[in-house]
Amino acid sequence: MLHGISLHIQPGEKVALVGESGSGKSVTARLAMGLLQDQKRAHVSGSIWFDGIDAAKGGPEIARRRGNRVAMIFQDPTSALNPTFKIRGQFRDVLRSGDRSISKNEADRRAEAALAEVSIPDPKRALDSYAFQLSGGMNQRVMIAMALANRPQLLIADEPGTALDVTVQAQTLKLMHELTEKTGTSVLLISHNLGVVREFADRVYVIYRGRIVEHGTTAQLFHDPRHPYTRALLAAIPKISGGGLPDLPERSPEFESPLIVHEGCGEPTEAFA
Amino acid sequence: MSNILRSLLHRLGAALIVMIGISMLIFAIARVMPGDPARIALGPNATAEQVAALRVERHLDASLPVQYWEFVKSLAQGDLGKSLYTNRPVTTDIAQFLPATLELVFVSGILMVLIGLPIGILSAHFRGRFPDHVGRLISLLGVCTPAFVWGVILQLVFGYFWGWFPIEGRLLEGTPIPAGPTGFYLIDMAMAGNGAGFLDALHHLILPALALAMSGLGQTARLTRSNMNEVYERPYVEMARAYGFPARRIATRYAFRPALIPTLTILGLEFAAMLGNAFLVEKVFGWPGLSRYGVEVILRKDLDAIVGTVLIIAAAFLIVNIIVDILVNVINPRIRLAAGRA
Repeated sequence: MLHGISLHIQPGEKVALVGESGSGKSVTARLAMGLLQDQKRAHVSGSIWFDGIDAAKGGPEIARRRGNRVAMIFQDPTSALNPTFKIRGQFRDVLRSGDRSISKNEADRRAEAALAEVSIPDPKRALDSYAFQLSGGMNQRVMIAMALANRPQLLIADEPGTALDVTVQAQTLKLMHELTEKTGTSVLLISHNLGVVREFADRVYVIYRGRIVEHGTTAQLFHDPRHPYTRALLAAIPKISGGGLPDLPERSPEFESPLIVHEGCGEPTEAFA
Repeated sequence: MSNILRSLLHRLGAALIVMIGISMLIFAIARVMPGDPARIALGPNATAEQVAALRVERHLDASLPVQYWEFVKSLAQGDLGKSLYTNRPVTTDIAQFLPATLELVFVSGILMVLIGLPIGILSAHFRGRFPDHVGRLISLLGVCTPAFVWGVILQLVFGYFWGWFPIEGRLLEGTPIPAGPTGFYLIDMAMAGNGAGFLDALHHLILPALALAMSGLGQTARLTRSNMNEVYERPYVEMARAYGFPARRIATRYAFRPALIPTLTILGLEFAAMLGNAFLVEKVFGWPGLSRYGVEVILRKDLDAIVGTVLIIAAAFLIVNIIVDILVNVINPRIRLAAGRA
């Protein structure tokens, strides 16, 4: 359940959406992709404006944009690639959603170039492999190459590399940062890792139990968190200087009241009273 | 490819062991049956001298291990004894009746795959909508209705009421039986360049093959549907959607292939089960196959023929299973590529 989520992402901007598990981060990402709207269970109201089109109701307009104008990177790259097809075939289909009439040779050539761009040493071999033959970090690079292959305007990264070890995760973020800078792609980074967010994002939205509770530039938010939940989140970052983890309440009535109140959202606390 | 060759050899070895087990079992059953095997084999009209002669010929007075050894030796020479019912060597009978059964079962298997898989794919693709409801109804009816009931229904509707298809036999009366070489009329007719004969054989095949295929077809559709619905929840299908792969392409490739791997194993079992189900369908359609022969000889306590039929059907069952195992290996890259390293 989400309430009055309102996100704005400017072209070329890197925005992070931060929150704990179950706070609605991934649902927000999938709504923006138009992936949930087709399901009978989903009830969506409001609007998702992307590139002059309202994606809130789903439909073919937004479907045509997927993989093309807007792309997504998943948590676990190895399970996000099909185990019964080689990378080559999947990459071809990715490129086809950007250009329906692309030839096989042209697709392969572009796939190789895209893989070289993410520093994969032997693109031809990677294309002829199955995902389970490559390492997690390799697959993550393949995913990034696929995501950016059609030069999307918006890249949604849903906890990229959380399933991988920290060094690979760091490399992934660095690579993503460099490439999106180069292509001018906006990024919506979804994460629970504040360290990552601080490194990566220009602006941050904090989401708690389906509501955006605070929002600001990264510097602002980390220096002067206003909302009690944001403060609690920041306090939860382990520090070498000691002090240990603070005692955080599982839930607090204060956490429920956002600093930002959206129209039609009502009294924020009522749903959980 | 050498991986596949190796696993083939491995499986052939396993099949050989199973065949030895089956031969022991059949040997034991033949000895356990009440009465003198020689008397049973020769029938009630044989004289005491004939029975005594056969007891010597079959080493029936020797110890059990010796008897088994002799049984295996004659098996190895391709000698399965003589049928009481047809008064011919059992091998001759099998050579005559087996191709009809295999032709029926193969065509049924093709129908099972060509109809069952698409129904399953459509059901999963249109989950909860009209095509899904129709698909599930067909597969449920297929699974829970026995093959001989399908046989009678199809005969009534398409043979009797509408008269579209013949209800009995492999060819129209008066059509010359093709000379060979395979005993599969479809293939023999095609090889002889006899187009009319081919169509006639096909015309006779469709109803019994469909009746035999229905249960496996239903099972195939059900499994394909449920396996695909499971695969639809996987991250790689969400990835395919997120990258704008067309829904039809996801259904027929990206969700279908991973779902086919578990389906294929069951499909092989269903295919093998057809060899048994063929008993009833051959009876209903007057199909001169090995299964019908098997029923006849069991009812007549025709010992040698029973042993021969059971052995051949067991062997066919094993061969089908080996073929399915190999197909699973070919289609599943994880197994195909891992087999060499293991």
